[in-house]
Amino acid sequence: MAERPEDLNLPNAVITRIIKEALPDGVNISKEARSAISRAASVFVLYATSCANNFAMKGKRKTLNASDVLSAMEEMEFQRFVTPLKEALEAYRREQKGKKEASEQKKKDKDKKTDAEEQDKSRDEDNEEDEERLEEEEQNEEEEVDN
Amino acid sequence: MADAVAGRDKCGEPRLVSLPLSRIRVIMKSSPEVSSINQEALVLTAKATELFVQHLAACSYRRGSGRERKALTYTDLSKTAEELETFQFLADILPKKILASKYLKMLKEKRDEDEEENDSGDGNDGDEAES
Repeated sequence: MAERPEDLNLPNAVITRIIKEALPDGVNISKEARSAISRAASVFVLYATSCANNFAMKGKRKTLNASDVLSAMEEMEFQRFVTPLKEALEAYRREQKGKKEASEQKKKDKDKKTDAEEQDKSRDEDNEEDEERLEEEEQNEEEEVDN
Repeated sequence: MADAVAGRDKCGEPRLVSLPLSRIRVIMKSSPEVSSINQEALVLTAKATELFVQHLAACSYRRGSGRERKALTYTDLSKTAEELETFQFLADILPKKILASKYLKMLKEKRDEDEEENDSGDGNDGDEAES
């Protein structure tokens, strides 16, 4: 998939909403400031990814996992993010477990023709990486996450 | 900041993450050494980015030159990147702004300095003082 320049930016509307949540009511954000924060966010993703990747490589893994990201936050001196991120991770895992159980239930109710439903779970994923990642996910869920 | 959930999904449940995962993934994959990314890592990176945006905005606003002034400006951000160690990795992309006239003056001064160096290489009578 070729990357167009605009794909490396995050959507303005979402960025603006996130900024507003952090500021008192009625504070305006100049267009320039908003654009700068958006760029900063992209740089943050790159920096975090690179840092997390170092941890993955140390662990001789090719796939970045949740604990790599958490380690990266500590490394980058954003320890304040670690607790909310761990909470988000738990919530995400519960959500995924719920979805999995729901679809397994459907399988029991219908025949085995419902394999296609596994694809609905992750709308945001690329299809070619789907199966690879699902397998790795299950593998990773069994691995101990550092606390 | 603990509850940074924004927006709701179709069922009215608060979304875990607002930023689009597909876009975050594109940015992550543009990093050359990265081969693959576990879905959990993707979700956490997106969430961390949201926390970061809020942290940057809040810090910059607090340090801004006018808490009375009800606005967050580019200068607030640029100052924060320069002054706070935790945001120093942003210093290059959030440079300080200077007036065009000042920049042109700086260019001219630099050019004059270079010319003086060239002249003294020729060995003149030295009535030009070094500034």
